[in-house]
Amino acid sequence: MEKSRSRTSVGFWLVMLLVGCMFSLPVVAQSQGADARREALQSMPGTTPDFWRDAAGGVSGRTTSQSVGADTLIMTEGERWKEIRNEWISPGGLLALGGSLTGITFFYLLVGRVKLEHPRTGKRIERWTRWDRVIHWYVATLFIILALTGLSILYAKWFLMPILPTSLWSAWMIAAKNIHNYLGPLFSLGVLVMIVKWIKHNFFNLVDLKWFIKGGGIVGKGHPSAGYLNGGEKVWFWMIVFVGLTVAVSGLVLDFPNFGQTRETMQLFLIIHAVSSLVLMAAAFGHIYIGTLGTEGAFEGMKTGYVDESWAKQHHDLWYEEVTQKQNKS
Amino acid sequence: MARMKFLCDSERCIECNGCVTACKNANETEWGIQRRRVVTLDDGEVGKEVSISVACMHCTDAPCMAVCPTDCFYPTEDGLILHNKDACIGCGYCLYACPFGAPQFPQQGAFGARGKMDKCTFCAGGPESDPVLEEQKYGANRLREGKLPLCAEMCSTKALLAGDAQQVADIFRERVVYRGHRNSAWGSADHEADQSEQLAKNAADLAYDATQSV
Repeated sequence: MEKSRSRTSVGFWLVMLLVGCMFSLPVVAQSQGADARREALQSMPGTTPDFWRDAAGGVSGRTTSQSVGADTLIMTEGERWKEIRNEWISPGGLLALGGSLTGITFFYLLVGRVKLEHPRTGKRIERWTRWDRVIHWYVATLFIILALTGLSILYAKWFLMPILPTSLWSAWMIAAKNIHNYLGPLFSLGVLVMIVKWIKHNFFNLVDLKWFIKGGGIVGKGHPSAGYLNGGEKVWFWMIVFVGLTVAVSGLVLDFPNFGQTRETMQLFLIIHAVSSLVLMAAAFGHIYIGTLGTEGAFEGMKTGYVDESWAKQHHDLWYEEVTQKQNKS
Repeated sequence: MARMKFLCDSERCIECNGCVTACKNANETEWGIQRRRVVTLDDGEVGKEVSISVACMHCTDAPCMAVCPTDCFYPTEDGLILHNKDACIGCGYCLYACPFGAPQFPQQGAFGARGKMDKCTFCAGGPESDPVLEEQKYGANRLREGKLPLCAEMCSTKALLAGDAQQVADIFRERVVYRGHRNSAWGSADHEADQSEQLAKNAADLAYDATQSV
């Protein structure tokens, strides 16, 4: 009785979060058009058509101003960047995050939690060493902080600004930017260490192929075999490698604007950074769900380092055999 | 309500950078901050060289405003785009969106972190009730004193005009008419006779367009 009530309330909150996402979508996606060409036409008349064609095409001249890009009269890429950011990335990010939440919510409501098939034996097996856990929680904590501050920079003006007094709003945004910029490099370092530390477990093999064919246990009966890490965990690892490093590298380019990056470079890297980090966040929702609510007995592995024998047998049978064989030998 | 606009007559601009100096002097901007600049295209090419003074254009539907994460920009009754430096986080997005390169950033923090954005205010100050603080943060508020931006006031050839869009456009249209030849507003390059007709018409249309801003 108690259990079913807590499950409904979790479902309720997931649905509420989802509804929030859906409602903010049209606000974020609303057109924010501007017409640089018209502004310039009004302010710089009396020019030859040739000149006008050159200027509107972003031609460069000579100026005494030392600012980056000051010699360009009209930078045409800005409008495209604004459009991509405001009309594609902002709503697209909400769709990705909302879609991920939808999937998880439906999965939770329809399939529910993956329970232990056999009662706990009480015998516990070490799965994650102290260093594994340190690096995991270091990266995870920074990831959550960076996600919240980053989402603030992209979305907070739609929902936080209307409810906060101006002084509090600006204080939060200044803090968010500085936290994001200073913790970013530390996150990147953590990701690198994590990749180096765990890459040896993450090469795909035939066992993973069979695991994927069975959809990780969703398709057909019985849990597919898995070693120390299953196919899904390996996919998440390689997402960290490719998408995570993209986020990190693009972030570093943006973090240090003092190397003479042009406006066009920054526009490009802002797009890369936003898209890749939103993809990573959407995927992280899945990782967090599976690691906590979705699988009984999984979270204690990363919390204490030890998992129950029946959990190991059920989810990572090959690894369990390996460990017990080693123990029997010694 | 008046709609304030700048207008630069490239036929008259002689690249003296007087507007740049006047702006710097009126607003006492920080070291390295130049709110206005003169761009010369085809520099040194006889008959083609043309100079234009650029600063914030106070766009009708400003791109800086659309991308600002803290929504620190606001339009005034005069159609100016001003910003609140208290809310600015120095992210630089306005600079990446602005077609005219108007936003300027002092380098203040460690690792090249930008300070708070600074740009042309049309000499209209900013959101600060204390006049002394306002001048420190945003520069002069000449509009309040009934004066126009100093860059335009000091332009030696009156190439740079500032003021009500309607009046400014009227002045320009008058110039087009009185420049001697109906096509002479279009620069010294020789045009074919039939082309000239069209160009003169374009000039009149342009001047008309300039009066149609909201």
